[in-house]
Amino acid sequence: MRRISKTFPGVRALSDVQLDIFAGEVHALMGENGAGKSTLMKILAGAYTPDAGAEITIDGRPAQIDGPLSAKAHGIAIIYQELALSPNLTVAENIYLGREPTRGGSIDRAGMIAGCADILTNLGATFGPRTLVGDLSIAEQQMVEVARAIHARSRILVMDEPTTALSSRETRKLFELIQRLKANGLAIIYISHRMAEVYELAERVSVLRDGGYVGTLTRDEIRPESIVRMMVGRDLSSFYKKDHRPGTHNQVVLQVEGIGDGGRVKRGSFVLHAGEVLGLAGLVGAGRTELARLLYGAEPHSSGTITLNGRAVNFRSPSEAIDAGLVYLTEDRKAQGLFLDMPVGENINLGVIGRDAKFAGWLDRARAKSRSLAAIKAMTIRVTGPEVPVGALSGGNQQKVLLSRLLETQPKVLILDEPTRGVDIGAKSEIYRIIDDLAKSGAAVLVISSELPEVVGIADRVVVMREGETVGEVGGDSGVPITEETIMAFATGVDMSKVAA
Amino acid sequence: MSNTTGGAQPSGQRAGRAQMRALVRSVGMLPVLIILGVLVQVGGIYLTGEGRFLTFQNLSIVAQQASVNAVLAAGMTFVILTGGIDLSVGSILAAAAMIGLIVSQGLGDLGIPAALLMGLLIGLGNGALIAFLRLPPFIVTLGSLTAVRGFARLLGNDTTVFNADLPFAFIGNGSLTIGPVSVSWLIVIAFLVILGSWLILRRTVLGVHIYAVGGNENAARLSGIKVWAVLLFVYGASGLLAGLGGVMQAARLYAANGLQLGQSYELDAIAAVILGGTSFVGGIGSIWGTLIGALIIAVLTNGLILLGVTDVWQYIIKGAVIIGAVALDRYRLRGSART
Repeated sequence: MRRISKTFPGVRALSDVQLDIFAGEVHALMGENGAGKSTLMKILAGAYTPDAGAEITIDGRPAQIDGPLSAKAHGIAIIYQELALSPNLTVAENIYLGREPTRGGSIDRAGMIAGCADILTNLGATFGPRTLVGDLSIAEQQMVEVARAIHARSRILVMDEPTTALSSRETRKLFELIQRLKANGLAIIYISHRMAEVYELAERVSVLRDGGYVGTLTRDEIRPESIVRMMVGRDLSSFYKKDHRPGTHNQVVLQVEGIGDGGRVKRGSFVLHAGEVLGLAGLVGAGRTELARLLYGAEPHSSGTITLNGRAVNFRSPSEAIDAGLVYLTEDRKAQGLFLDMPVGENINLGVIGRDAKFAGWLDRARAKSRSLAAIKAMTIRVTGPEVPVGALSGGNQQKVLLSRLLETQPKVLILDEPTRGVDIGAKSEIYRIIDDLAKSGAAVLVISSELPEVVGIADRVVVMREGETVGEVGGDSGVPITEETIMAFATGVDMSKVAA
Repeated sequence: MSNTTGGAQPSGQRAGRAQMRALVRSVGMLPVLIILGVLVQVGGIYLTGEGRFLTFQNLSIVAQQASVNAVLAAGMTFVILTGGIDLSVGSILAAAAMIGLIVSQGLGDLGIPAALLMGLLIGLGNGALIAFLRLPPFIVTLGSLTAVRGFARLLGNDTTVFNADLPFAFIGNGSLTIGPVSVSWLIVIAFLVILGSWLILRRTVLGVHIYAVGGNENAARLSGIKVWAVLLFVYGASGLLAGLGGVMQAARLYAANGLQLGQSYELDAIAAVILGGTSFVGGIGSIWGTLIGALIIAVLTNGLILLGVTDVWQYIIKGAVIIGAVALDRYRLRGSART
């Protein structure tokens, strides 16, 4: 792949990226969240069309990939994190999906089963072609995807974070499978955040950063610390705001001990002080959002304790959390936060209309109006009036509407999940100012963010999660400076001393 | 200020368009109602030589005919605003009317609270299954459509129950007279129900929560709304109003039959709500639209009879109007899904 660029409206997601893959090698593709890995792979898979000038060459011949079908015809197969199988069909039916053999007009089931039985045996599968995919474990379903790729005579196999949902024993089996595929001459592009896996599997590693190609390391050059440097290494923008005094030694407001849900969150522990901005960093899938939802009572937790203002709490619903002064800003404001058809004013007031109401739940409309006008002014929401539907606003203004709904309840603890996702630069710096003001006024703020410069720029301390556990802390009393490298080291599980060196 | 994009100019334009859409949505079906009335009147003059539609007497018959459907449709509006559906209102109406008449035979006026309570309890039953067991509303109320119908027949041992001395018969046949104006109690009740529904939807916390649950249930839960309580309320209200419809029907007829009363009333109620511009996926709509929708159906029925259209064709035409309304709903949603 040469000179691959991709521009989305307003964003240049990839610029001049290149990638060379050899047959029979495992090529790891690494980069921070949002570096462009997925976009690049979607171009290869035909899901996106690259900008003009892109060149893709397969086996020395230029290839024109203009859709998922032509990608398949070129022998490219992708196994996404979210597996694309029909759980209600059998293994054989899934492998043959879209290419069902027929005999005299009806489906040739016997032929399907015979045709994929060999492949399954070769892969070391313990299930047969007649098994229902829904009855298989995630690891076994992945094997079905691999079998489907082999059956379609794919030459290039892309695996996007294949081990996220696997146990360590299943991961071992997957690695053996990958080695076998490699020996058979397949080229494998392996996307992973986990340094140890890349170190074990990959012949070469290519790194992307901010949509650009940084470089490729060969096997004898692969060092965790050099990869981390390639992944981050960029200048810190100066528009972050940290004027408040670090609240690291203030009174503890929220204490979380060993919280877990038996699934994505295994063990989360941290303390949050009044007037403090605590960053919660980690790679996508580390369980940060899931952890926040446990604290907020949106999902029940199965282990651990939460102490709020010295009292043990266990919220069974978000409304209990809000009443206790703990609020959560969702990472997905359109699907989980806002009511797009409802006016800005109602969206702002939704959390407090119950408190403001007069007898029998009668709305205090004058109060609501003055609240929304004040919020629009204080948050500099650009809107002609509170009666405008919130769906008509830009992303940054929508986010400020959602944020003001939380602030109206006068919370003591705020959990902000990706507070600047999908907002423009101007609104970003305003949101940083709001966060800083909150800390100044004594609120405790937990900011979940996948943007490392943002975390480094605004947080007093940073707790890092990896694979469902809080694995480390930087800043504050830890003695470790808050840098992108130190956070990344915890997030990927690299030995700290090597990075510092 | 800073260089934030999406400044006043474009968002002002967008706001203007949004307000325009809201206006179109709220008055949306009123022109249809007027055109329909004119068509029926002109058609009547052309076909039968006299315009019997636009007379005070006929219009008050139309309003009376619309009244029970308007009451059921008001309850249905609450339900559909949350993105749900209540198919059981016709059966609840029958069961409530049966209970009301049976109780009235011995206890007189207590028949009214008995009928209302019956409706409320069945509605709350629907709501509990939907809110706590998370069963789909369509399936729950489809089940109660059948089961409650059977229950209504059971109440009168599958016979018609009469009460010639019904103490609350004035509701169905009497009028409220203030000065020179005399309005049927059925119309007064229907109007009060619509007014009460409007107050709940537009002036109370509960109303905002109903719209919020229909607009985005996930966000509603995360923003601290007790979604289960809202669902319980809307299905309870729908049941209660169906019970009120049962009282109105029983009062008009002095009788109730568990098998026939309220058959397929749920379809007229749903049609009225959809004709009124309430979105089938919830979150968008108004009670005034529902009133207009109920009037459209009544005018259509009355007009087709006046024009001498046969029973068979009345069905076909009414069905076509309902499908046309759903097509309109889709067209409107496409307009708002853009944002």
